Amino acid sequence: MPITNALTTTIERVSILDEHGNFDEKLGKGLIPDADLLKLYETMVTCRMMDEVAFKLQRSGRMGTYPQNMGQEANSLGAAYALNNDDWLVTCYRENCGLMWRGVPIDSILLHWMGDERGNAMPRPHHATPIAVPIGTQMLHATGLAWAAKYRGQKQIACTFFGDGATSEGDFHEACNFAANLDIPVIFFCQNNFWAISVPGRIQCSAPTVAQRGIAYGMPCLQLDGNDLFAVVYGVRKAIEHARTTGKPFFIEGVTYRLGDHTTADDARRYRDQAEVDAWKARDPITRLRNYMTKKGIWSDAKDAALREAAEASCMATIERCEQVEHPVRSDVFNYTFADLPADLATQRDTGHTHSLGQDPSQLPSASNAR
Amino acid sequence: MANLTLVQAINLALIQEMEKDDRVILLGEDVGANGGVFRVTEGLQKRFGANRVVDTPLAESGIIGTSIGLAMAGLRPVPEIQFEGFLGPAYDQLCSHAARMRTRTRGAFTVPMTVRVPVGGGIHAPELHSDSPEAFYAHQPGLKVVMPSGPYDAKGLLISALRDPDPVIFFEPKRIYRAIREEVPEDEYTIPIGKARVVCEGTDLTVVSWGASVIQCMQAIEACGRSVELIDLRTIYPMDMETVEQSVSKTGRCVIVHEAPRTCGVGSEVATQIMEKCFLHLEAPVQRVTGFDTIMPYYKLELEYLPDAARIQRGIEDCLAY
Repeated sequence: MPITNALTTTIERVSILDEHGNFDEKLGKGLIPDADLLKLYETMVTCRMMDEVAFKLQRSGRMGTYPQNMGQEANSLGAAYALNNDDWLVTCYRENCGLMWRGVPIDSILLHWMGDERGNAMPRPHHATPIAVPIGTQMLHATGLAWAAKYRGQKQIACTFFGDGATSEGDFHEACNFAANLDIPVIFFCQNNFWAISVPGRIQCSAPTVAQRGIAYGMPCLQLDGNDLFAVVYGVRKAIEHARTTGKPFFIEGVTYRLGDHTTADDARRYRDQAEVDAWKARDPITRLRNYMTKKGIWSDAKDAALREAAEASCMATIERCEQVEHPVRSDVFNYTFADLPADLATQRDTGHTHSLGQDPSQLPSASNAR
Repeated sequence: MANLTLVQAINLALIQEMEKDDRVILLGEDVGANGGVFRVTEGLQKRFGANRVVDTPLAESGIIGTSIGLAMAGLRPVPEIQFEGFLGPAYDQLCSHAARMRTRTRGAFTVPMTVRVPVGGGIHAPELHSDSPEAFYAHQPGLKVVMPSGPYDAKGLLISALRDPDPVIFFEPKRIYRAIREEVPEDEYTIPIGKARVVCEGTDLTVVSWGASVIQCMQAIEACGRSVELIDLRTIYPMDMETVEQSVSKTGRCVIVHEAPRTCGVGSEVATQIMEKCFLHLEAPVQRVTGFDTIMPYYKLELEYLPDAARIQRGIEDCLAY
């Protein structure tokens, strides 16, 4: 028997507004109304500003380790814009921009990185899950969240974000496999930023695209320019349509770049070339959008300066609020462990001790003498 | 002799063993080009090549699982798990495979690997970067668990671990990675796994601890002004109960200190064995000053959680007053 082709496939790549200012009218026209575009741009600028302010805060010892989002803003923002507000947004930690669009207070994000669990008390109506620190675990939760919607007969879907490094974790593959085989409408959005701390993307995925990982699970896949807000909105809308109409998952690779260090605890100069960083700076999603809007006549340098000023003021106000928040109390360590605190834990909380004589000083001879 | 930090002492031990034994290879996330996120493996890839100091995909189960294969084939892999909070995905490989290989193959296959893991709190790190899970692994038969409290011990214990025929989890307390320096001989030396160290001798009470807590214990002992003996277990499993037994038989009182939560913590095992072996010598109930039975809080509250010198001192004084 002749050898036949079991599968032939291609991966489409979407780019609408490139770094040179070229705009694909066919795909891009009417995709985002101007009024929305201005608001989206404003969110990106504010997000970037917050990144810069947070970085400086960490450097001056006023904040713990912080992962900058710089350069990757368009991915989560485009997705949050395209999704319905009751679709689940299941992020890791470089999706501040999308969370801000969803309405999650920036205070929540900052408090988290300031070492304060109260930052994770995400208001449930936002349908956004708390920041996920361990890599690659949250995609399974997204699958469960969307599964619950399916079970209840709701039209909600989930969109989950992760990096190229996370696609190496077993949990990632399990999430894809569950969603694909149990027919669960999840959008798997990989922000391929080429670096997992110091480890380059080729160590995580040596195939030509990350997008093709979805093929192994029978999902439609798309690669898009993740620094192009239009391409992201286009791609995510396509994914949403697929997920809602078929109830099945969709895989997106947003090609982007981590312009900053992994976190403030990292120094990327140790392992990557500045030339590479500079090349990606020229593809910055914010600059690109600004040039486009200016060319279109809906934006100006004066407006930009005013926006930046306002963004800085709002970021400083956020910082002030977060720094002035009352210090958490020790009982907070205990009170959220269970719905009903076991007696032994209540004793630890109330006495501040784990040793039996500290918890019950009546056992001490001085106490019995007093009796 | 050089005055080294814990990071430098471990780095030196790795260099010396790698020079001696080409079966020793390092693997993990960021251990190569970046020299590890704590710089423990700094310069090693340059020195020994990318073939021996390998940046792996981001997958803890993969790192440990492939290390098991490498070890079964006769190499001496030294996988690094970047933070103890990321051991979770590797748990299955560690407990279902590494720990059992010798037993289930009646010795035909063994897993001589040393899993290096930064551990513990106190450095203002994000969540899942500050836990103390040593009890999980000490509870698993077939794994040895080591945790040094200073640079000198770290070098000698690590060399022993690297030469051990069985899997060793080598926890490195990140709180003291750079906080203390000690004279560390250039020449190789080993400190046997399973042997505790009497840090200071005393007659009134015994404190048993390990890892970064040893430093807090020393402060507490100094503050309370009594004759207290401090034992650094150094190895959690196999545990040197002989040294503990001798000490508690002499002092009649014991306080156990660890960062991990109290319930089913390693302190429970130490206390039980003291009860079994020193029952008639005991003058007071054995006390445990530990982390609370809660999730390790984010860093704003981490110092409320970790046993500090004041809380340890109170434990010592209560035990002495009994």
